[in-house]
Amino acid sequence: MVKFAVVVFPGTNCDFETERAIRKAGAEAERVWYKTSLKDFDGVVLPGGFSYADYLRAGAIAARQEIMEEVKEFARDGRPVLGICNGFQILTESGLLPGALRPNKVPRFICRWVHLKVADTETPFTQLYEPGETIRMPIAHAEGNYYVDEPSKVRVVFQYSDEKGNITEEANPNGSLLNIAAVANEKGNVLGTMPHPERASDRFLGSEDGLRLFRSMVEWARR
Amino acid sequence: MRWKVKVIVRLKEGLNDPEGRVIQKALRNLGFNVENLRVPKYFEFELESEKPEEEAEEMCRKLLANPLIHEWEYSVEPVS
Repeated sequence: MVKFAVVVFPGTNCDFETERAIRKAGAEAERVWYKTSLKDFDGVVLPGGFSYADYLRAGAIAARQEIMEEVKEFARDGRPVLGICNGFQILTESGLLPGALRPNKVPRFICRWVHLKVADTETPFTQLYEPGETIRMPIAHAEGNYYVDEPSKVRVVFQYSDEKGNITEEANPNGSLLNIAAVANEKGNVLGTMPHPERASDRFLGSEDGLRLFRSMVEWARR
Repeated sequence: MRWKVKVIVRLKEGLNDPEGRVIQKALRNLGFNVENLRVPKYFEFELESEKPEEEAEEMCRKLLANPLIHEWEYSVEPVS
């Protein structure tokens, strides 16, 4: 059975839910303290939270820890690397994904459900979604305002949209460029998402749309 | 040799600074005619080094700033 590492930094707080969602999607998952080695795993997930209390910039200090060298190896080898919220911030800060996540345009913490348009179903994380589909997931962040120098070169995976999938300014909660909510690297095996799929992985949470992301990832890692 | 290093990291010109915008609005509400308020980050520390400028530059590039969105400046003076 494929096995995913859920990396825990000081201040990470979405590790248990993420571990649970991966298991529900059919793989093994283990929470791993950031000073542990990642060998024996088939993929890595950097969960949400507030690593190092988000001091300096969200994700900046976690991105410079030794374990990230191993995460970079995973990325280079084409194995799946998923960063959720703070994990996305860590991936941009470490250079594994292009761009930066700046403070929200409305300068406060935003925690609510959003609609997302699935813009790319060709990645290991989105292969079980329908092209152009609209899904629901929650966001919870203060620094999710995505910026990049050359947007045309970025692989956009989710965009904030209205219920019908229209990409409008009103549907953009944080001021992200082009309503970007999730991006992948060129190969597609590294994904950063501000919305939390693990918080939309059970009907009692209000949506199961996020579970398909983990199912896609697990199915792909099995091959 | 021991140096006192002062570093300022600020958002590049043209990038929106939400914190600055809120503070500016609050100052304007107090009656001050403030414009273009930005909130840079200021660091100061002592550094034992033979090449403090080079190391300060490296620190900005590697951690203190995000080169994609920030610019920075620093000054270095000997600790007496």
